Amino acid sequence: MAILVVAEHDNAHLSDATNKAVTAALKMGGDVDVLVAGENAGDVAAEAAKIEGVRAVLHADGPTLAKQLAEAMQALIVPLMGDYDAVLAPATTSGKNFLPRVAAALDVMQISEIVSVEAPDTFVRPIYAGNAMQTVKSTDKIKVITVRPTAFDAAGNGGSASVKSIDAPAGPFKSAFVSEELTQSDRPELTAAKIVISGGRGMGSGENFAMIERIADKLGAAVGASRAAVDAGFVPNDYQVGQTGKVVAPELYIAVGISGAIQHLAGMKDSKVIVAINKDEDAPIFQVADYGLVADLFKALPELEEAL
Amino acid sequence: MKVLVPVKRVIDYNVKARVKPDGSGVDLANVKMSMNPFGEIAVEEAVRLKEKGVVSEIVVVSIGPTQAQETIRTALAMGADRGILIQTDETVEPLSVAKLLKAVVEEEKPDLAILGKQAIDDDANQTGQMLAALLDWPQGTFASELEIADGKAKVTREIDGGLQTLAVELPAVITTDLRLNEPRYASLPNIMKAKRKPIDMKTPDDYGVALETRLEQIKVEEPPKRQAGVIVESVAELVDKLKNEAGVI
Repeated sequence: MAILVVAEHDNAHLSDATNKAVTAALKMGGDVDVLVAGENAGDVAAEAAKIEGVRAVLHADGPTLAKQLAEAMQALIVPLMGDYDAVLAPATTSGKNFLPRVAAALDVMQISEIVSVEAPDTFVRPIYAGNAMQTVKSTDKIKVITVRPTAFDAAGNGGSASVKSIDAPAGPFKSAFVSEELTQSDRPELTAAKIVISGGRGMGSGENFAMIERIADKLGAAVGASRAAVDAGFVPNDYQVGQTGKVVAPELYIAVGISGAIQHLAGMKDSKVIVAINKDEDAPIFQVADYGLVADLFKALPELEEAL
Repeated sequence: MKVLVPVKRVIDYNVKARVKPDGSGVDLANVKMSMNPFGEIAVEEAVRLKEKGVVSEIVVVSIGPTQAQETIRTALAMGADRGILIQTDETVEPLSVAKLLKAVVEEEKPDLAILGKQAIDDDANQTGQMLAALLDWPQGTFASELEIADGKAKVTREIDGGLQTLAVELPAVITTDLRLNEPRYASLPNIMKAKRKPIDMKTPDDYGVALETRLEQIKVEEPPKRQAGVIVESVAELVDKLKNEAGVI
């Protein structure tokens, strides 16, 4: 069995979501190659070659792949699949964008956001926002799979695979990159952070989120929020953790002033350690918390900042 | 310009999904069902484009049981013009949905298809992209802003770490993310008006699409339960436990 893993990167650095997808591929068994598609992404290809367990790196480089737009990625990956039995990509916004196109072009049902490999054709994936876990067996000849990075450990970096250049698709394609506006923040990205601290409606105002931000900076954490806090206008929508927002699974999740509505729990309950700070001792968040502190957050947060 | 908006009838997003004890799926008996929230955003966006004079006709299509007519009526009450129900009681996988929608597109010839980025039941997030691939149309997924001008759609997309703007040639597939808009509530007069709007009843056979199952469901289980932990008495105790017991800070 030969498996192709599509690398996640920004042309300069390889994301460790790639290493995690490689782990999932290795669990399926067989030879694992990594595809680096980008523009001037030679450093990324060299980095990918170091991932342990990888047989070879395919490196396609050209202007049509600069932003890994879905149409170009389809044109690149589909012809390669004559040599592979499966293609995997991390379930990031990039992988989720292009991989279903590849699946449809191959007449295959994609298996989305797997969290476990049971057999080379059998996988577990969350449905209903994680309120149920579905085990599915794919009857397709080629498996097309996105991998939830938080569910797999990253493969190590002690390997030395060969790098082979392949052609980038020529184009033109019917979509074109216009611009990008990346959030400038020294804090880690919400879905990749090891620690996340989130505020809810109990924060009372957007200004009060500064208390959370100061603690986040001390812990090197990302800042999140419940839908209630977003709806109340305290913080922008991209802070939202939950069923309709971002799904996170950090080592430590601190929920402050969050009651624990189903929508929110669905987005964070896979975190390794959960801390809840809430003045209402009956709040449902305490039912999933490893450590609960029943306290007024306006007293507890300054104390916490002090103690760290 | 004509827009096609596919919508799915799913469990209401306020209802907690319960796994059946026999592991055969999620219990949907006597559960409130609604339009997929991302589909609602798609309908709203189409209606706003119509209000701006960009769009002349909005066709809503749903694939599912007879009751999915209610979902279509909701869209008609929000401002869509007519509906198509492709009636089936089977579970239809996204690939088959995309094939059916492709057939509808070939018949209706819309310039734009706007879909929710994912349905909140199977969470597959693939129908829109698959439809685009089957039609050889470009795609603008996870849209938080949409502008139509000069035969192109300017789409701002929610990506990890920020926003990305693309220009895609029409016809195109757009999938909606949360921030695109806030769907309206249908007014009573519009609900009444929607009752007179036409819904075409079809079957998958009418479109010559065989519904195939490529993913065999082995079982559905409850996710591992978290055990409630301990209540600490003070911030100092909390910090101590996080440092020395959990080892996470």
